[in-house]
Amino acid sequence: MWQSLYAELKDKGFMVVAVAEESRGADHARPWIEQAKSEYWQLIDTEHRLEDLYNLSNVPQAIWIDEQGRIVRPPETAGSTDHFRRMDLKTRTMTPEDQAGRLAARQAYFDAVRDWVNTGKHALPADDARARLPKVTPRIAEARTRFRLGVWLRAHGSAAEGDRQMNEASTLHPESWSLWRQAADLDEVGKASGPDFWKRVQALGERPYYPPPKL
Amino acid sequence: MTKILTPTDQFEVSTRDGLWMSAADALRVTGFALKPEGMCRDEICVPMSAGSVKGAEVDVEAFWKKLGGPVIASDVGDVWALGAPAEERNAALEGLQAPDFTLPDIDGTPRSLSELRGRKVFVATWASW
Repeated sequence: MWQSLYAELKDKGFMVVAVAEESRGADHARPWIEQAKSEYWQLIDTEHRLEDLYNLSNVPQAIWIDEQGRIVRPPETAGSTDHFRRMDLKTRTMTPEDQAGRLAARQAYFDAVRDWVNTGKHALPADDARARLPKVTPRIAEARTRFRLGVWLRAHGSAAEGDRQMNEASTLHPESWSLWRQAADLDEVGKASGPDFWKRVQALGERPYYPPPKL
Repeated sequence: MTKILTPTDQFEVSTRDGLWMSAADALRVTGFALKPEGMCRDEICVPMSAGSVKGAEVDVEAFWKKLGGPVIASDVGDVWALGAPAEERNAALEGLQAPDFTLPDIDGTPRSLSELRGRKVFVATWASW
């Protein structure tokens, strides 16, 4: 997904690190990675360590990090939009207007990354960056811990107990779509976008599924 | 042996009555050393109550909870997960220094964010689900 941007900017001191949040294991990500033929790093995060460290809650989210290793944009939606919520569920298609809006938003995000690399634009001052950080609560910390245990139990012959830990993790941190999906859907790809998913998305009401980045 | 999962590592440790273990194992698992002042790492010492230290043994469950971190055990108590305290995560992020991580690529080669110092780095998550 980021290959064209990377190819364009790699000689300007730019790097992309794509991280697959895959508690089901590396083999689930492999075909996608092989097909992408990307030159940047494609890493596999079977324990969702990045979500723990950076307090992430959905995919795709991106973090911008400068040459000194400082966070200049905290986690935010990386190029995706809520247009999908209006799609026709029978045909799985969006109106031409929504398709265009979706593409335009993605393009705007790509442009922002390009501007940042070329001119430093969009890098936030420290106070602004800090103000946008999602706060880790004790409930979220417990959710991560139960998730960690759940992944281990699933991988070591205790699937039912692992599922229970995963479900408790999702209950403790209901804003995390990532925890919900890992708890709901282990073997069946596609189930994560089934009726339960749509019901949960609809329950958001006016709240966004992908909060737009404030560029 | 008891399996202990920390946010970035895992250990096999000899324990009794929950997470009582030798001070040497407690240091290995938590990074904190037992001293007269409490459990200490660098400049920080967490005072320990009399009931959570016996000779050269430490109740790591009590210690970790005092640190503010979650402690979750499997049903039969053979696997324990020690989670990062919320405040530790918040403090790290508010410092704005990007937390380092090491993850394998598809061939298993470990890659660390810190190797990329000197470049602008765009870290993006995705998933096949």
